[in-house]
Amino acid sequence: MENFFLEGTNKTPQLDFNSNEGRFLIAGRSIPENSIEFYKPLFEWLDNYVGQAKSNTILDVKLEYFNTSSSKCLVEIFRKLEALQQKNDNVLINWYYEEDDEDMQESGEDFQEIIDVKIVLNQMEEEE
Amino acid sequence: MLEGEVIVSYKGAPSQPLFDGILSVADERLAALEQKSKIRKKVYHIMIEALQNVYHHTQGEGVQKSESPETVLFVLSKHTTGYEISTGNYIPTSLVATLQAHIERINRSSADEIKQLYREQLHGGEVSVKGGAGLGIIDIARRSGEKLVYAFEDTGEDNSFFSLKVKVSA
Repeated sequence: MENFFLEGTNKTPQLDFNSNEGRFLIAGRSIPENSIEFYKPLFEWLDNYVGQAKSNTILDVKLEYFNTSSSKCLVEIFRKLEALQQKNDNVLINWYYEEDDEDMQESGEDFQEIIDVKIVLNQMEEEE
Repeated sequence: MLEGEVIVSYKGAPSQPLFDGILSVADERLAALEQKSKIRKKVYHIMIEALQNVYHHTQGEGVQKSESPETVLFVLSKHTTGYEISTGNYIPTSLVATLQAHIERINRSSADEIKQLYREQLHGGEVSVKGGAGLGIIDIARRSGEKLVYAFEDTGEDNSFFSLKVKVSA
């Protein structure tokens, strides 16, 4: 199947989903007014991917900002990865946050609480 | 009504390009004003959420187009104790009771209860087409860590003016 790639903008994240390597990336800002509309093609792509599961899938999430409607979409994406895991795939989510960004760290903890896939919180060095 | 230094303010008709403009100006000015990136991010994040709340309200069903319900208000200001993000917009009067109950519940909750409330909504709440999911105001309160200050002003028509003030201590 084809990879899913979308360049980031100042309101939407870069989406880089490589189906062969099972390596996914969501990075940047996710603050569109209509998040569902933005993420829908990715949801469909993921359904397809789950259908022809690989043995290892890693998703890196490196978001600077995301709004609450995007957080619902992230739950949706993570749930699809849960489905993948139920098919005996190894699934890992890396959640990145900047050193002093406690809010982003807490967001990672929120997802850890809700999602039944291993989510590793990774602290990044501050850019400044 | 306003003390402190106004960083960005707007009063007028709402539009998405305009909100994007407000956000980018605020982002720029905050970068110059606030040394702590943690505070900067918090303020910016709350602004995004607050403006999108306003946007969804103005897109929502029911706001009567009579008077001047198109008017929205946004102010970001800096005070000795921190920052204040104020928004104002019309909502249908029929929604006032629900919204007020929602805010009151949040204001009665401890930080930990707000966190749980957020997680419950994230876990279970359905995403509406508007993308609201009832999470926005919970998210704002959680990040702010302060009680929400709000008011509803009955315009005598079918609309009420909803104003919300969010504080971030710095």
